[in-house]
Amino acid sequence: MTAYVVRRLLLMIPVALLVSVISFTLIRLSPGDPVLVFAGEERDPAAIAHLRQELGLDQPLPVQYVYWLGRAVQGDFGRSIRTRQPVLQSIAERIPNTLELGLTALTLSVVIALVVGTISAVRRNSLFDYLATGFTLAGVSFPGFFLAIILILTFALALRILPPGGFVSFHDDPTGNLKRLILPAITIATGSLAVNLRQIRSSLLDVLSQDYIRTARAKGLDNRVVLWRHALKNALIPVVTLIGLQVGAVIEGALITETIFFWPGVGRLAVDSIGGRDYPVVQAIVLLSALSFMASTLFVDLLYGWLDPRISRAG
Amino acid sequence: MVVTPSRASAPARTLAVPRAAHAVRRVAARLAALRRQPRTIVGGTTVAILALAALLAPFVAPYDPIAVDASRSLEPPGGAHWLGTDDLGRDVLSRVIWGARVSLSVGVISVTIGLVTGVTIGLVSGYFGGVIDLLAMRVIDALLAFPALILAIAITAALGPKVQNAMIAIGIVAVPAYTRLTRGQVLSIREREFVVAAHACGASPGRVILRHILPNLTNSLIVQATLSTAFAVLAEASLSFLGLGAQPPHPSWGQDINYSQRYLANMKWWMSVGPGLAIFLAVFAFNILGDALRDDLDPRLRRSR
Repeated sequence: MTAYVVRRLLLMIPVALLVSVISFTLIRLSPGDPVLVFAGEERDPAAIAHLRQELGLDQPLPVQYVYWLGRAVQGDFGRSIRTRQPVLQSIAERIPNTLELGLTALTLSVVIALVVGTISAVRRNSLFDYLATGFTLAGVSFPGFFLAIILILTFALALRILPPGGFVSFHDDPTGNLKRLILPAITIATGSLAVNLRQIRSSLLDVLSQDYIRTARAKGLDNRVVLWRHALKNALIPVVTLIGLQVGAVIEGALITETIFFWPGVGRLAVDSIGGRDYPVVQAIVLLSALSFMASTLFVDLLYGWLDPRISRAG
Repeated sequence: MVVTPSRASAPARTLAVPRAAHAVRRVAARLAALRRQPRTIVGGTTVAILALAALLAPFVAPYDPIAVDASRSLEPPGGAHWLGTDDLGRDVLSRVIWGARVSLSVGVISVTIGLVTGVTIGLVSGYFGGVIDLLAMRVIDALLAFPALILAIAITAALGPKVQNAMIAIGIVAVPAYTRLTRGQVLSIREREFVVAAHACGASPGRVILRHILPNLTNSLIVQATLSTAFAVLAEASLSFLGLGAQPPHPSWGQDINYSQRYLANMKWWMSVGPGLAIFLAVFAFNILGDALRDDLDPRLRRSR
């Protein structure tokens, strides 16, 4: 197992380097001279040349990349062009908000998917199962931002029972915070619910047709015991993978939803920074979201090997 | 399904007639099976309607999608305007129909970019292996390390907010799926007897790849292309929602929904519902068509149930 972990970590290094090259190059391709953006009102050519030198932008691109990477691994992503705040700080400030929203949505989605998926698999081809399957088919295709708008129209504007967006911190006003959390959380949860539900149902159906389940039933075990002790445990292994990947993709999931609901998280910061051509911030968020995605993929693989020893032994 | 290379076996020519009859029967049977699938009918019909709407937009759209008519501002759905009008008096239905053009052309072109690039890399890397394979796979791993939407946004933002750039970005994001699919299958097919036989007959690597390996991938690629069109339509809508796709005043579903937000508080719901349902329908249609095709064409990818 240790050898497996070490090998996986070593394999990650070249990929992580490539990821950093892509993040760096992409943003440097962007239209608009960052010096001119940074200089603001300053139009004196000498001052601009000085600034260019100061920012290291007169160096060849590979040299700039090495500089950038050297600082990035120390957590220094420069300063935001719009707010002049250190990039890492402005991202770090918003991470708790994104996690609050993302993890609430994920919990909601997993709990509902588990309950509905299990009933659906146990009562296969019942009306309930058809409705659940129909929901998963429609759910994966429903654009999140459209769902968000429908929810706002219904619950905030027509029924007036929830605020249409915004944010207050949990410390200042716990109820206000939770009220504003509900609609964006439902929006994000619905998208992943369809995927999770489908996975739980199909892997449970897979397991239920295995020989050891028949054996368990044949020796007279109660159906409930078979389901809980024998079937679900094994059926949940692929689900763990899926959930792990969704944790890694929490920034991506929150991107548009946070924007619509004015939820001050990393996703909204990314969208605002793209609009405001705040390249250092965009660069850092792109890199960090890729790294967190990679880390969660690695974690899921390791967890998988631990949950299902057949895999790590084969690898 | 394995396509047996007819040229590799000489007796094939004498069997040409029964073989042709067999092929015809097989195609007919498959079409019949496809038609029995309700998902194929629903998905296929919806895709066909959307494609027709996109192609014939100038003829089927009741109004000019960008003509401003202040006297008809914000009319709810009704007789003259089935889906209502927006704040500038533009007909929502006409904008939805013209928007299909943008959505479907981005879908088709970006999927073509992804398919051609991804399959080429997969064929070369799977067939030749070695250093090429190692390098190509690391690049693919790096692309896969980015969450899809974030990569698409970063590429579009880098190239500049334009429809063409959205197509390129979504195409690049789609590459890894095709590369992995192709490479995986090439690795197993290249060891098969008919490929070894083709080599023994002196076929060049290019010929083996194009005539003996690629045809065996057709079914999986059709399935993948259909499913990734669904992704592409959704991604285009998201990009244009963020202002990174088609630019105003040109109609585009995602952008129109974004624009409609400013009238939400006044309960002008129809401005959002038209384009929103259009996105849902298009993505849904490609998704279920892809699912149905997968069950029918590609038993290897078939979901367990």
